This record gives sequence, C-alpha cells and structure tokens, in this order.
Amino acid sequence: SWTPSRKHQRTSGPVEVTVRDALNQAMDEELERDERVFLMGEEVAQYDGAYKVSRGLWKKYGDKRIIDTPISEMGFAGIAVGAAMAGLRPICEFMTFNFSMQAIDQVINSAAKTYYMSAGLQPVPIVFRGPNGASAGVAAQHSQCFAAWYAHCPGLKVVSPWNSEDAKGLLKSAIRDDNPVVFLENELMYGVPFEMSEDSQSKDFTIPIGKAKIERQGNHVTLVSHSRFVGHCLDAAAVLAKEGIECEVINLRTIRPMDVESIETSVMKTNHLVTVEGGWPQFGVGAEICARVMEGSAFNFLDAPVTRVTGVDIPMPYAKILEDHSLPQVKDIIFSVKKTLNV
Amino acid sequence: MKTMLTVISNALCRITGKNVGAQTVPELLIDLSEYVNLTSPAAHASAQAQRQPPKPPPVSTRSSAASQLARAQLDQLDGPGARVAVTRNFADFTPQVTFDIKKCDLHRLEAGPPVKAELTREQGLQYYRTMQMVRRVELKADQLYKQKIIRGFCHLYDGQEACAAGIEAAISPSDHLITAYRAHGYTYTRGVSIRQILAELTGRKGGVAKGKGGSMHMYAPHFYGGNGIVGAQVPLGAGIALACQYRGNNQVCVTLYGDGAANQGQLFETFNMAALWKLPCVFICENNKYGMGTAVERAAASTDYYKRGDFIPGLRVDGMDVLSVREATRFAADHCRAGKGPIVMELQTYRYHGHSMSDPGVSYRTREEIQEVRSKSDPISLLRERMLSNNMASAEEFKEMDVEIRKEVDDAAQFATSDPEPPLEDLCNHVFSNNPPLDVRGTHPWSKLKSVS
Repeated sequence: SWTPSRKHQRTSGPVEVTVRDALNQAMDEELERDERVFLMGEEVAQYDGAYKVSRGLWKKYGDKRIIDTPISEMGFAGIAVGAAMAGLRPICEFMTFNFSMQAIDQVINSAAKTYYMSAGLQPVPIVFRGPNGASAGVAAQHSQCFAAWYAHCPGLKVVSPWNSEDAKGLLKSAIRDDNPVVFLENELMYGVPFEMSEDSQSKDFTIPIGKAKIERQGNHVTLVSHSRFVGHCLDAAAVLAKEGIECEVINLRTIRPMDVESIETSVMKTNHLVTVEGGWPQFGVGAEICARVMEGSAFNFLDAPVTRVTGVDIPMPYAKILEDHSLPQVKDIIFSVKKTLNV
Repeated sequence: MKTMLTVISNALCRITGKNVGAQTVPELLIDLSEYVNLTSPAAHASAQAQRQPPKPPPVSTRSSAASQLARAQLDQLDGPGARVAVTRNFADFTPQVTFDIKKCDLHRLEAGPPVKAELTREQGLQYYRTMQMVRRVELKADQLYKQKIIRGFCHLYDGQEACAAGIEAAISPSDHLITAYRAHGYTYTRGVSIRQILAELTGRKGGVAKGKGGSMHMYAPHFYGGNGIVGAQVPLGAGIALACQYRGNNQVCVTLYGDGAANQGQLFETFNMAALWKLPCVFICENNKYGMGTAVERAAASTDYYKRGDFIPGLRVDGMDVLSVREATRFAADHCRAGKGPIVMELQTYRYHGHSMSDPGVSYRTREEIQEVRSKSDPISLLRERMLSNNMASAEEFKEMDVEIRKEVDDAAQFATSDPEPPLEDLCNHVFSNNPPLDVRGTHPWSKLKSVS
C-alpha cells in the first residue's frame, strides 16, 4: 500500500525533499498529531490533489479527514470557517488562489475579523492554502499574486514559503496557529528538491511565523524577496559575487506580520535595498517595504532610494516570450542592484 | 353599515351555533367575546370584568363557509369547535393544555410536525417572558437610537419574537445557532444578558463584545453571531453542523437567514454540500415579507422559500405562533439527529420596524398593513390570549410580568448608558488569539500601539 513520501532515515543527516513532499509531510504529521485537523478542497482526496500535494492522505485518513468538495469556493470556504469556529482545525485548499477571490468575503469578513469583533470570544483556527502567483502558460486569470491583497488585512497572517524547509516548518506552524493563516505556495516550486536538515525532519519541527531568514550573508546590498524569487535573488547574488558585489539575501517567509526588523538590521549594514517580487508593483509587498524602511531607523542608513523589482504592471500574457518578460528575471535583479549601487 | 353588521353577526352565529337573529349584534358580540380575539383595550376590560370559567365549547363542527369568513387567527386560538382536550380545575390555573396548531406546508416530506402542541403553564409563562423581554429590549433600543446613544446599524426584531422563542424552546443549549444581523433576539435566547446586549449596542466596555462588535457582532457559547454580510452565515452554519457530525455528538446547528438572503448564491452552494454530506443543519428562512425595501414578489421568482432547497425537504410554518415554531423546530432537529441530512424551514413572520433604524418602514408598505398584523397576529398577544382564555394564568400575572420586565430593561438601559466606553488601551487588542503581544501601527509612524490576545 502507498504511504506519503517520506524517506525513513536510519542514518542521520540532511536529505533531499521536494517542496511538494515537504508540504505533504507537514499535513500528514499534523493530521496525525491532532484529530481536529482535516483537509478540504477540490480534488484533495481521491485525486490525490490537483497538484498531488495531498497524495496518499485520503488513503491513510479516509473520508472524514480528507474531504473532496464540489466547485463551490464561497460555500466550502464558509463551511471551513464555520467548522473552525466550532473548534475544528480545517485546512481549506484553494486549487489556486485565483479562485479564492470567489470566497474572499469568507476569508476576510468571516475569518480574519471575527476574533476582533467578538473581543476575543470567537477564535478562527483555519489555514487557507494553495498555489499563488504565476505558473507557466496559464495566462491572465490564473496567474495573479495575492500576497498584497491578503497582507493588507488585519486579523490574517500571510505566509509565503520558498524552499522545502520553509514549506514544512511554516505549514506546521500555520496549522498549529489559532488564527486564520493564508498560506501562499507556488506551483513552479512544488517539484523542486531542496536539502532538508536533520532537525527539519523531526515531527516537531516548526518555523515561527513572522520571522524572516537570511539565506545569504553580504555587505554591499540587501535583497529582500519571498517565495520563488528568493531563488532568483540567490542566482543573481552568485553572478554578482563574481564581480565583487556581495548581496545579503533575505527570505521574508512571512508577509504579514512582516519582519521589518531583519530588513532594517541588514540595511543598516549594507546601506542599499532592493526588493524582488512576482506581484504587480502598485500597492505591493515592495511598496510596503519601502514605506516601512522610510518610516524607521534604517532610513538614515540608506545611500540610495530603495529599488523595487516586480512583475510588469499588466495582466499575464500567454505567449512564452511575453510571459517571460512579464516577471522579474535574474538579469533584471542584477541590473537593479548595479543601478542602486551606482556601478 | 347595517348590512355589514348583519353579515358579521350571521357569520358569528354560524360559528357558534346560535340562532341567527336571536340576539342583537352588540349582545351577540359581548356573548361571543370569550371566543373571539379582541385586542382593543375595551375588549380586555370587559373580558376581565366578567372573568368566569369558560363555557364548554360547542360540539358542533363549523360550516366551511363560516370557516372561510372567520379570520385566519381565530383558527389559532383554542376556539370553539376545535377539538380540545382540557384538564379543568376551576380552583387553580389549568396546568396544561393541548392546542391545535396550523398544519405546515410540506416539501418532499411524507409527514410533518404534529398539529397539536402541549403547553404547560410554566412553559407558557416562560415563552411569554422571553418574547416580552425581546420586545421591550428592541423598543428600548429604538428609543436609545433616536436619542443617538446607539449608532450605526440597528436592525430590530419586534414582531418576530415567536421565532426566536419557539426555536430555543425546541433545541438545547448544547445545540448551535447562527443568524444574520437582526440578531438581538437570538443573542438573548442563547444566553446573553440584556445588560450585555444593550451595553454592546451603546458601545460600552460592559457589552458582550466589550463594545468592539456592536449590534451585528455579538457572540456566546454555541451562538456564532450576529453576521453582517447577507448570506455569509449560511455556509458558516453548515460548517458548524459539519463539526457536529465530525464529532458525532448528536448536536445540530440552526442556521437562520432572511427572505432577502434566500437569493444569495452561497446558499445554494451550501444546500448542495449539506445534502451531499448529510450535515445536521436546520436551515431556517425567516420570511418577514420584505428584504429591506423590496417585497418578496419583486425579489424572488419563487417565494416558496421552503422549497428552495430543492432536493432538501422543507416545511412552511406560521412564524407568529410560538407553539408552531417550537413543534416545527423540534421536528426539524429530530430529522437531522436521525441522520437524514439537512432540512429547510420557512417561518412566515413580520417585522414591525423598518429594515433598520434608518428605514421608517412605510415607504414600501402601508401603515394599515403593519397595524393589521399587530392587531391580529402579534405573537405575544396570541400566546397571552390563549393562556387567558384557557385559564392558564391571570391577566394580573401577565401585568406583573410586564412591569417586572420593563423594570429589568430600564435597569439594563441605565447600565448601558452609564457604563464607560472601552479604554483606548483596548483599541488594538484581540487581533490574534493565543499570540504573543505585537506592535500595531497607529495613524502615523510615531504612534506605536500594542496588541495583546
């Protein structure tokens, strides 16, 4: 019989795990740990997940814990929120976050605001998860990044993992959190393998929500990013290192509450800041970082204005050449760094 | 006029089996006053003056023509001609009476709720107290709103009290209930004190949500508000029902919505999933004939709201009769508890106030219509008349209760107007549950506020 992907290691040491499998492990472990946890969404059970993220879970946990829903986002998101209000701990999957727009009232008005409106009487321990942002060739209606929309709202936590450790540790934290968490995955990252440390293979491994991670140390410029573009930043940093420019790459991990302190500490060291994201520029994650840095202690340490590298301000086109030029490429990051450093 | 009186007296004679023309009309009316629901003050006075044990009802059945002439509400009373079983004790009050209640219209159901309802004296007094309390709280809220002590939205429930009281009488505190924004009545029946309700309306720290929720956002154990977005509470209610099913605890969730919300798409999504998964959810449509200013005929292609669940069985219930509501809710809850899946109930009811305090409520309906419902179908009067005409309680008792209730409401209003507003330190609290304290940005960068769980 098939079991969820897990490499049983007798020997200690790091192991290669794809983001998909890391997410699967996180859900499997949390389903096992707390019987109030359940997963619902389109195709999550018998189909093993539209993107196979929930592979094997229905076989292991059955109909009660892994629930296939009809195509009724507003309805099943509301049902999930109601179940959370009644004390269960649902994971509500949106096949992509584009479809969450149909249910966004339940996420914001029923989930995010309720603890406040009830002055603490009614918590809503729910996770909304699914792929966010651009995929490949899926065109405008299926490629939007919702980080800025959800991160705008008090009462929500918004998490955006990049690698496998992020995915597993943050999803476990999100499920254990007593608050509504929007968990933004990335379809293009699902199949990417990453080394996972020995620690991260423990069933109690969690990553705190609200803390960024320095993926690479550097002195000359701070690159801040989230999700897939953290990888782009690291690639750019490798190229720039050959020219003697050392980039400090920060992986936000959480969009809301944002770890501004880590950004400020880094900027006070490097004096230069470039933000990188896949979403649109206006009112986006980079815009927020600019505003926060301006308002805080790091402003006086900037030797140049903050630069934002973002998706192009258009609906996503289909043709490959157009699509490639709609999102930040490594060369755009390199160009922006050099402009910011005036080299 | 004389012809009309003759018509009326002939009809009354046929109802009661008296000889047509044997008495003058005024004599006839006085004689018949114990059988007829006269709600004018004069009628009360005369009824009290001649308080005697009621005569045994005539055995003859009514002619169908007379039945048609009789007002609908006469059917509801323990009236003449109805088959009534009564335990009589002339020295004390009647401890229990079985009343005939209206048969419900059924959809995909072989059988419906019983057509008889037992009412004990204690139950009657309790239902009366509940409904009268809700009535007086709503009227007090009206007053406070006009004095600008209550602000924003205020959707009042007076007229619909039998729904909240009847539902609560049929379920237990361990069952669950969720409704929309016309929620003050349910907040009370689900256990929140009227002090905490009024203080929430006036935005004080003693309010049930510490003043942070307001009229539409009050909560209690197994009561999930109070929801402002029309229809959003329906999927939530099905989710609560899912939790009941998940835990196997035999509890049900009563999920209320209005005739306006009945046209929301998310309801149909919810009906589909609730039926598919057999969720123990009692969907209840409180049809008060108007969605804000739009009469049901102008909003719905089908106003048979009890049938709108399509594949879900439904029943249409007289929402002005607390006993009908109770029996129907019991029937519906039993249906769910038996694992048969969800059920839809339509309660035909009426609100005296406009949609909210900013709606006078007379631009889309006539004052005559409102007055007619008040005089013929008021849920509190119906119950009182039933109990009085069956000697289950005395008029003095009811009067005493009214005085007591008024005093309680006045005291609660006193609290609600004198309690302090929430402290500014509370502004940012309760954003997250079970969370370490966090910083919240204020209106400008130098305003660093703190939020604790």
